[in-house]
Amino acid sequence: MTEIFGVPVQALLGQLMLGLVNGSFYAMLSLGLAVIFGLLGVVNFAHGAMYMLGAYVAWLGLDGVDLTHVQVGSQVLNLGIQFHFNFWTALLVGPLVVGLVGVVVEKLLLKRLYKLDPLYGLLLTFGLALIVQGVFLQFYGSSGQSYDTPEALSGAINLGFMILPKYRGFVIVASLVVCFGTWFLIERTRLGALLRAGTENPSLVQAFGVNVPLMVTLTYAGGAALAGLAGVLAAPVIQVTPLMGSNLIIVVFAVVVIGGMGSIIGSIVTGLVLGVLEGLTRVFYPEASNVVVFFIMAIVLMIRPAGLFGKEK
Amino acid sequence: MSKPFSAALKTVAIACLGALGLAGAAQAQISGDVIRIGFITDLSGVYSDIDGQGGIEAIKMAIADAGGSIAGKKIELVTADHQNKPDVAASKAREWFDTAGVDILIAGTNSGTNLAMSKVAAEKHKIMISVGGGTSALTNEQCTPTTIHWAYDTTALAKGTGGAVTKAGGKTWYFLQADYAFGAALESDTARVVEANGGKVLGVVKHPLSASDFSSFLLQAQASKAQILGLANAGGDTINAIKAANEFGITKSMKLAGLLMFIQDVHSLGLKTTQGMYLTDSWYWNKTPETRAWGRRYFDIMKKMPGSLQAGDYSAVANYLAAVKATGTDDTDKVLAKMKASKVNDVFAKDGWIRGDGSMIHDMYLMQVKTPEASKEPWDYYNVVETIKGEAAWTTKAESKCAAWK
Repeated sequence: MTEIFGVPVQALLGQLMLGLVNGSFYAMLSLGLAVIFGLLGVVNFAHGAMYMLGAYVAWLGLDGVDLTHVQVGSQVLNLGIQFHFNFWTALLVGPLVVGLVGVVVEKLLLKRLYKLDPLYGLLLTFGLALIVQGVFLQFYGSSGQSYDTPEALSGAINLGFMILPKYRGFVIVASLVVCFGTWFLIERTRLGALLRAGTENPSLVQAFGVNVPLMVTLTYAGGAALAGLAGVLAAPVIQVTPLMGSNLIIVVFAVVVIGGMGSIIGSIVTGLVLGVLEGLTRVFYPEASNVVVFFIMAIVLMIRPAGLFGKEK
Repeated sequence: MSKPFSAALKTVAIACLGALGLAGAAQAQISGDVIRIGFITDLSGVYSDIDGQGGIEAIKMAIADAGGSIAGKKIELVTADHQNKPDVAASKAREWFDTAGVDILIAGTNSGTNLAMSKVAAEKHKIMISVGGGTSALTNEQCTPTTIHWAYDTTALAKGTGGAVTKAGGKTWYFLQADYAFGAALESDTARVVEANGGKVLGVVKHPLSASDFSSFLLQAQASKAQILGLANAGGDTINAIKAANEFGITKSMKLAGLLMFIQDVHSLGLKTTQGMYLTDSWYWNKTPETRAWGRRYFDIMKKMPGSLQAGDYSAVANYLAAVKATGTDDTDKVLAKMKASKVNDVFAKDGWIRGDGSMIHDMYLMQVKTPEASKEPWDYYNVVETIKGEAAWTTKAESKCAAWK
């Protein structure tokens, strides 16, 4: 059998594939961050919490929620809320709910900070993330909940060099569709052009009769919805826990920095490539697998301070 | 002044001083007129389910069972969250001993924080009972005269799961190890037991703490063709490793052995995913009528069944309070001597005793996770496969590096 540095090629291909799966999550998450930063200038530290929210929406849907008999003291209240939905519905409901949360956060809080230093937005979103995480920990505990792989995607395909669970394959495809859809929307459509113009010079674009504040709200909501979608997609792969977002967010920020803050295509490509590089590290030197991303970040910042795809201002 | 008179005066004066001194001693029986128990654990992080708020409630149960006061002196509980940071844990312990009049420290989860607090307690000459820390170093190379290790340690886990699984025919092992002190200790302890029982370790892959994805590590493990995959990690890492092992069908070719798993982990993964796994623990609620009764009492408060650490918290505090009651003081040396001279007989352990190195010696249980069909009610998860009797589970005197025990 052919070997590369003592590792059989077959095993290596398998690891590349797994890296691609992880890269898909990085890409989707960093894409949302890049959109929000690129168009709003907000460093959205609440992104991890929104990813977690998405996963919890999926889990709540599958587990079923029944608020028709809520015990409050000695009274039984009928809140009239009762729902139950599967994974496919969650793929729609998850981003929608998280997007709505995004609207509320933007309208109520973030809006007031645009004139201030970006640091305030960072602090606000970081605080929000901690609060949301704390509330979920209180209700659902730290060991989290298990979400079963949807029936249609359970089982595995034999790719010859590895056995790939169907669901992981689905994640790669779904992520590529979402990422390039978003890229197309922002870079190639009229709406995207207006968005970019609106953030470049809001008063001018507003003078043309475009509702810029609404666009900004929707952008933030869209970025949040992307995180929510990633959360739903992640639910069958990893344990749904209140801390799942905080574990990931730092790596995702590193991906955005390497790709170039605010660069859409940069975040997609970097996310996928870093997932693969991380996967390779897991084979050759597993102990370093969670620092390799930061190592690359340091090198990139030394050579290209604006990131691989970023523009120097 | 005549000499006899002055002698008499001297005697009276000395007698008065003596009486004063005695009165002073009587007042110092319970320092600060309150028995103050400090409990430091993870209340908000990854280990908050296995101990956390549940541990607080269990300690409150022990205080209530002692009547809330001893000889008219109130029993108080103070708690703190160390966020899994050893420096936070150590400075809180120091603050409590120095200024808050804490008499005993109960240390919750996480080995690192426990080792840090153990040093502070030794320096301040106060008792610390470690319930949630796993590392056997607490009673081995880093043992102190004032530290007691109550529930479990990595050696006991290794001897339990490693020994039993190897004897049952699981001769070849591959380890998935969390890359820090605890994981390394658990892996090397287990490997030693496996080899001593005629087994063979085919390899180890080290993963970073809180790894986001385990699939690549698992594929490496699978390529080793070992029969047993030993999970030398804890909490979320164990959970995600088991989840991925199921997804990739690794559970079909290898048997999983969780080297540190708590009932909360099994609960969150569900029986479908965990059925058939072996694990070692110090306590299980559904074992005897007594444990069931205590478990249900706890359930009424927490709406969850207790795990071994929560039962251990209860037991540690109950036994400490019993010793305070028997000696009538909270003086460290007297209470410690009394505790070491008494047997532990309660809902947590039978005929347990505290050894020279600080280990509380008691039975450990090798358990196998039930199938979903065999489980009769929620939280009915285990079959007790084997009881590992008393000292067979712990470090032997010959193996020990504890200076105080030599």
